[in-house]
Amino acid sequence: MTLSIDDVKHVARLARMHMPDEELEQLRAQLSAILDYVALLQELDVEGVPPTFQISGLSSVTRSDEVNTRLSRDEALRNAPDKYAGMFRVRAVFDE
Amino acid sequence: MTDYIATIGLEIHAQVRTTAKMFDGCSADYAGGDPNTRVSVVSLGLPGALPVVNMRAIEMAAMSGLAINCTVQHTSVFSRKSYIYPDLPKGFQITQYDQPICTDGWVEIDGDDGQPKRIGIERLHIEEDTGRLVHSTDGASLIDYNRSGVPLMEIVSRPDIGSAEEAKRYFQKLRQILLWIGVNSGNLEEGALRCDANVSVRPVHQKEYGAKVEIKNINSFRFVERAIAYEIQRQIDELESGGHIVQETRGWNEAQGITVSQRSKESAHDYRYFPEPDIPPLVLDDAWIAARRAEMPELPDARRDRFMAEYGLSKQDAELLTMERPIADYYVAAVTAAAQRGGSAKDVANWVGGELFRLLKDAGEGFEVLHERMPPLHIAEVLGLLAQDIVNRTVAKQVFEESFQTGNSPAQIVDEQGLKQISDTGALAALAQVVIANNPKAVEEYRKGKKTAIKFLVGQVMKATKGQANPQAATTALETILDTEV
Repeated sequence: MTLSIDDVKHVARLARMHMPDEELEQLRAQLSAILDYVALLQELDVEGVPPTFQISGLSSVTRSDEVNTRLSRDEALRNAPDKYAGMFRVRAVFDE
Repeated sequence: MTDYIATIGLEIHAQVRTTAKMFDGCSADYAGGDPNTRVSVVSLGLPGALPVVNMRAIEMAAMSGLAINCTVQHTSVFSRKSYIYPDLPKGFQITQYDQPICTDGWVEIDGDDGQPKRIGIERLHIEEDTGRLVHSTDGASLIDYNRSGVPLMEIVSRPDIGSAEEAKRYFQKLRQILLWIGVNSGNLEEGALRCDANVSVRPVHQKEYGAKVEIKNINSFRFVERAIAYEIQRQIDELESGGHIVQETRGWNEAQGITVSQRSKESAHDYRYFPEPDIPPLVLDDAWIAARRAEMPELPDARRDRFMAEYGLSKQDAELLTMERPIADYYVAAVTAAAQRGGSAKDVANWVGGELFRLLKDAGEGFEVLHERMPPLHIAEVLGLLAQDIVNRTVAKQVFEESFQTGNSPAQIVDEQGLKQISDTGALAALAQVVIANNPKAVEEYRKGKKTAIKFLVGQVMKATKGQANPQAATTALETILDTEV
């Protein structure tokens, strides 16, 4: 499977990673090779095999509606790079 | 000018009233404390945290689904929706994608033609709410994660809504149902119930739908109506002037009364949904679903219809009295108590829908508070006092209001303040004599044939008794004297 340079840019953007232009071609080739390798799986006949999302065999793992855990505000904010007035502080995000 | 058809679908987000959050035992009372005091390793998305489904939220979602005629699915799967925005710290939202908990239902509203109209429900799924962003003046954003992880239901309607008014009625009906079954607080101001609308228009002769515009976050019934009405007209104007509609997201600007184009956070195919590996599928068997159905109270429409059939109420009265469940329950309790005292269900409807609603509105109170101070029995007592001719209507109103204000029983108020109606013939005859002697002008008019002049004289008797005379008996007493002693 051959990816385009635009595909690589798109994936980088989704991952919020900055990729210098001169690395794009190398990444394109590498990512294509990885996809080709995984594509080997497509040779298998999986007709009639349901998709498998879980191999734990578990179902309906639930809890009751009780409050039994909490982090203090100090604990919650301990590793925050920036904080203000008891809140996490990040670079501006705009909705509009 | 061409005629156009509007096609509208609503996505309603409703918080689920649990004690703990959706995926761990962290308090869901997000407004009950300072920022970031209702947080945990799961709601902060810390590495290694394992989400575990809150079963109460599932029960409430299933009940909601059943209340809007959906099918509860036997297998329900949680998915991750890639979402890189700081109001959710994990970089994804846990939600449901191709296997939501409930599918295919409907809600009945009054259509624009006055006939009942069913609005289809495509799906109801569960997800987690996001944190709250505060945009500070210095260009930074501050984040409070108290709300992060609070259980949320998303209810997606089919594009069956044809006007802004129908959209509003659908939203109101949904709120009524969710509030009625106790799964949501119904509080739009606090964001417990939120609405996005998908709006498109097309010329009547065109088969395929027009391009769809999503209006985000219209969080009051009035705004829903205004925003959709505006958007429909905007799209029609655009098409009429030869333009075309761009599929986009727009926001409602209340100050200017317009919708404004917004850049979307991330286009739909970039959400990259995939099954949440940390949460095994949720399996709900028939017995479990039947148990939820058994828990379901009589729903508002059913109760409205029953009020009309059993009590002979008009649709308008029945709707008023089933607006919220505490009102309907209060009404039923009052009807039961009144029946033993000679008051009819219609009388109770008039007092509750009239006097009581007025007093509550003036006091700015709801039915929840009322129940303790003025139990339904008090309404019945007032009706009993009237039925037994112990008080007349004027005094009844006065007693009713005093009972509402003080919480004292109406019978007690009448006793203590000596408000019993005066029906005693002897006493009224004596009063009639005095009134006749003091009002020669009215007496003369009456005797000259102006029979309505007696109303003035009755009024004088009422005044002399501070409103306690039985007006019928007072009239009779006056007539007896006026018509015989010429």
